[in-house]
Amino acid sequence: MGENTIVWEVFIQSKNGLAHKHVGNVHATDKVMALENARDLYTRRNEGSCIWVVKAKDIVSSESEDSEAFFDPSNDKIYRHPTFYNMPDGAKHI
Amino acid sequence: MSDKIFQEKIDAEKKIEPKDWMPEGYRRHLVRQISQHAHSEIIGMQPEGNWITRAPSLRAKMILLAKVQDEAGHGLYLYSACETLGVTRDELIQQLHDGNAKYSSIFNYPALSWADMGAIGWLVDGAAIVNQVSLQRTSYGPYSRGMIKICKEESFHQRQGYEIMAEMAKGTPEQKEMAQDALNRFWWPSIMMFGPQDSDSPRTGNAMKWKIKRQTNDELRQSFIDKTVPQAEVIGLTIPDPELKWNEKRGHYDFGEMDWEEFWNVVNGHGPCNKQRLAHHKRAHDNGKWVRNASQAYAQKQEKILKS
Repeated sequence: MGENTIVWEVFIQSKNGLAHKHVGNVHATDKVMALENARDLYTRRNEGSCIWVVKAKDIVSSESEDSEAFFDPSNDKIYRHPTFYNMPDGAKHI
Repeated sequence: MSDKIFQEKIDAEKKIEPKDWMPEGYRRHLVRQISQHAHSEIIGMQPEGNWITRAPSLRAKMILLAKVQDEAGHGLYLYSACETLGVTRDELIQQLHDGNAKYSSIFNYPALSWADMGAIGWLVDGAAIVNQVSLQRTSYGPYSRGMIKICKEESFHQRQGYEIMAEMAKGTPEQKEMAQDALNRFWWPSIMMFGPQDSDSPRTGNAMKWKIKRQTNDELRQSFIDKTVPQAEVIGLTIPDPELKWNEKRGHYDFGEMDWEEFWNVVNGHGPCNKQRLAHHKRAHDNGKWVRNASQAYAQKQEKILKS
């Protein structure tokens, strides 16, 4: 498009029941055009059953440079994983 | 310091993402390479678009339409990847129109007969696929993801071209001659698509060190030739290179010298269709301006209605 059109990020649900997944973006002046452009660009081979478009400027992202500090609080809590626990011999279905 | 961390990430096969620190040279190289790649997809629609109205059957016409539509899509994936490096779509198009950004020279050759649709799909898309498969492992995340998507869609392009060539090669003597003629004209330009020889390619060094490129021009060219020669034999066509022969010791085909004078001539704008391709793109872009303006005016009006 050009001339300062808005960038929209595109999320596609490939099948009913699954989560929407980010696939890329499109340029469009309004939301209807964004949906139609996303359909034409990202679902030419039956890739989707539902599309979300979100203005790229409205997305808030964590910074990859700070990712260590950002995710630090959950790194030392290994007791959140099932493998942390000792199970008695012979116990089943647990 | 940042340089060192960056190179360590590259060496560890980690992908670089848009917000990560990167050397200015890395960013510049990517913008040049990705935009050239995007422009090639877009300009590449022209030689084929030329044949949509003259396709010999409804089946052929529908296939060609779908292929040209895919190419528009691939151009858009690549423009998106390029925009993540801080350059706008408008700037990219402007650079193309000003002649500051290039596109693949192959599209400056005319498509003279229906057999050329076969040769372009088989050879030009075939060469592009060899390059793109290798670029799936490029170090820049958005470029790599675009390549993966493009490769998935591209293999039908090459097969439809090879099917046309195979059909014509087993048709009437005139049809076989058309197929051979198309191969004769597109063979050398196709193998020149991989660019200058490694010894004459000044930018290869950094591109390999930064893992933007994963294989050199000569490696990719050899891989394309090795794949394509047996395909020509299967359909009974002759590659127009008298020096082409299997080299048992290398495990590759040896091939003749390319006409580098012609290569640089076409790169520098003196090919058969350079002016026509660019003029057509400018005209289409200018003629579409009122549509872009109208859609913007409509969007603004809708927003006002919502607010009131």
